[in-house]
Parts: sequence; structure tokens; C-alpha cells
Amino acid sequence: MKDIKITIIDRQGVKHQVDAPTDMNMNIMELVRSYELAPEGTIGICGGMAMCASCQCYVQSNHELPEMSYDEDLMLAEAFHVKDNSRLSCQIFIKEELNDLQIELAPEV
Amino acid sequence: MIETDILIIGAGPTGLFTVFEAGLLKLKCHLIDALPQSGGQCTEIYPKKPIYDIPGFPEVLAGDLVKNLMRQIEPFQPGFTLGERADTIEKLDDGSFIVTTEKGTKHHAPIVAIAGGLGSFEPRKPPITNLSNFEDKGVEYIIRDPELYRDKNVVISGGGDSALDWSIFLTDVAKSVTLIHRRNEFRGALDSVEKVQELKNLGKIELITPAEVVGLVGTNKLEEVVIKRGAEVFNRECDHFIPLFGLSPKLGPIADWGLEIEKNAIKVDNSLDYQTNIPGIYAIGDVNTYPGKLKLILCGFHEATLMCQSAYQRIFPDKRYVMKYTTVGGVEGFDGSKKEAPKAIVKSID
Repeated sequence: MKDIKITIIDRQGVKHQVDAPTDMNMNIMELVRSYELAPEGTIGICGGMAMCASCQCYVQSNHELPEMSYDEDLMLAEAFHVKDNSRLSCQIFIKEELNDLQIELAPEV
Repeated sequence: MIETDILIIGAGPTGLFTVFEAGLLKLKCHLIDALPQSGGQCTEIYPKKPIYDIPGFPEVLAGDLVKNLMRQIEPFQPGFTLGERADTIEKLDDGSFIVTTEKGTKHHAPIVAIAGGLGSFEPRKPPITNLSNFEDKGVEYIIRDPELYRDKNVVISGGGDSALDWSIFLTDVAKSVTLIHRRNEFRGALDSVEKVQELKNLGKIELITPAEVVGLVGTNKLEEVVIKRGAEVFNRECDHFIPLFGLSPKLGPIADWGLEIEKNAIKVDNSLDYQTNIPGIYAIGDVNTYPGKLKLILCGFHEATLMCQSAYQRIFPDKRYVMKYTTVGGVEGFDGSKKEAPKAIVKSID
């Protein structure tokens, strides 16, 4: 399976286009960590269980994303700086159809 | 002053298992944790989640793992200072340490093992511009003494278990309880949600949803909260505003202890014993970093085991010791208990 391109805007507003593997069951939060685009300990605190919202991101491209789970929806209901395009990046898994996805990391809380 | 051999900062799985390994070496442990209960993240964030990579357990709930660890270390009678954050450390001339919590509790030990995970859990504060002006003047993030709210008008916001549970509890104490949440749905346990519904029907809790507190008003202390529900913005008189949005770990005061920090974690010597740049202070589990570090509970257990051997040598530099298997030596508790393999029964055949 081939890698796809994903654009991540970090918390300082810097844009990074990175290669993302589609065959490792990785999510966007893990992708951000693997490229060290947010300091350790400030993202993915719960490990990716949709239980902390530290990986909140704003989806800026028009990709059709998997529907929000109940857990993700209710976690976002308690998160801060939430916008209409907010998602938890740990719940977005890297798949071929997400090629050219662009997200921005929400501020650290 | 609390005296112990190994002072463990952080009562998560790694900190708890350290008590066991230290106990085999006859070293006594005391644990400090900012949370009011042991277990760290396993208890605070995901007690009902199954963990699949603990050796020997094909599946174990995080909460059950903690319960088992507590059972395993019971014979070694660890001490606990819970609900207090380790704030300062002082190195004495003899190389031992005094660690003081923010409440002033002092602990003295020759060895300090930092097993602090991602840090101490601090309340998540909503982004309301003048929030800090009202801290302890009507705004509290943690309910320490429910009596503070007797006959007062209380506004709680949040959608999880703590928001629901405290709303329920305070109906018997406060003059009025208003619960505000951005959704009509709540993330808490079903029976808590049902109880709030019942109290709402009885008029004991006022529920304002989907809404959020966006501002605070008051001169010397909190007098009103500003609530936004859709396009509607209105004020509500209150004496206390309690935002309960869960806890988030922060490295906190440990970052100022003179330890070498990298990537929000404490650098240690992984080739030897997980000691930090300050001799006598070790860092184990998720709180440390070294080349190839993996933040896994099972790695924390390994680190704790090696660290205890080094701590023993540091406390008793002149004593010779070789590690004993529990299958051979059993487990002798400080409480007088002894667990050991049953002796073989030899019976001859006539």
C-alpha cells in the first residue's frame, strides 16, 4: 500500500506536508507525534482513546471523514476552542481516500 | 516527617510495582500522588478499558490491574500521601532528600523514584478571559469541602461523571444547583444521568443545555456567570462557579528540580539503572526518556525492577547481594506474612 500526503498546520501556524503510511493502522494524532510536530506530553495524553481531547484538530480540507463515534462527540462537547470542523485526530485513521487531507492542531490546553 | 527507604512520586502502575521489587530487597516505600487515589491514569482516565499487552494477562481492565497491584504490594505495607502534589526537593549533606508537598507534608528518604507518568493531574480550565481573577473568590476547580457550598447558589459546568456526581451531591447542601453543559447528552455513567434527570424533574437541579459559561462578573468576588445558549446570552446570579472538565497531566514543579528534561520527560541513564543527572533520584515509567524509550506499562515494570537493585546498592554500598527468584525465596511481607511454593511431599511406594 502506498503512502499518502497529509498537511498538518502546527500550533505555531507552520504548515508541514508529510508522508503518511496507510498500512500501519495509524491515526493522525500518531502521525503528528511521529513527525514531532507537537511536543510530547501535549498531544495524545490518553493514548488515543478519545478520552482527553489533547489531539483536537480543525479539518480544513473537504474530505469525507468517518462519522464521529459517540465517545468522540461527547469528548468534544467538553473540550475547549471547539469549532464546527473540530475532530479528535486520534479518531481519524490514515486511509488512501484521505490523500491531501489538511488539518490544523487546536491550541494546547 | 515521614521516613522511608524509597520515596516514590506517582502511584500509578510503575510506582506501585516499585513497592513490590523494593520489598523483595527489604526496602520500605512511601508513595506521593496528587490524585486522591492510587492507580494514576489507569484509575483516573481509563479504569474500564482493557489492556492487552501485560505479559501473562491476555486481557485486563486498567482498574483491575491497579487492584491486583495493590494486592501484590500489600505485604510490603507501603505508605501513601494521596491528594498532595510533590512540590519541592532538598538534598541534605548526607545525600538523602526531603520532599515536601504543596500542603507541607515532609518526606525523608535516601532514594527518590519519580514515577510521575505524564505529570500530576491538574484541572482543565475553560478559556474564560477573567477566570483567574475569581479563583478562590467563587471559582473552584476541585471540591475539597462541600460545606463551602452550604446554602449557596452554585453553577457547575461539564458533562462527565464529576459534573454529574457533584451536581447530585450538592443538591442536599447548596441553596440552588445549576448544571450547564454544551450538549443535551452527558458522558457520565447512565445511573448518574438518570439521577440528574430525576432531580431536574423534582426541581432540585436546574439544567441549562446546550449552553456554556462564557464570562464571569463580580467586583471583589464572583456574583454572576454569563451564559450563552445558542444566540441567547444571559446572566445568572451565583456564589460559586465550579468548572469540572476533567484533569490533564502537567509535569509541574518536578520540572524545576534541576533534572535534565527532554521532550517533557526526565532524561535517565537507561544503560544502567534509570538514574537521573542527580545521584539518588531515579525516574521510571512514562516520566522518563532515553534513546528508544517506549511509554508502556510493561517497560515501566522492567525499569522499576532494575532501579530497585541500584537503589539497594546505593543504600548499602558494602553489602553483596544477588537477585533471588520469588519461586525460590517466596515473598516475605513486612507484616509477617510469608508466601512460598508448597514443599514437595515425598511418599515412598512399598
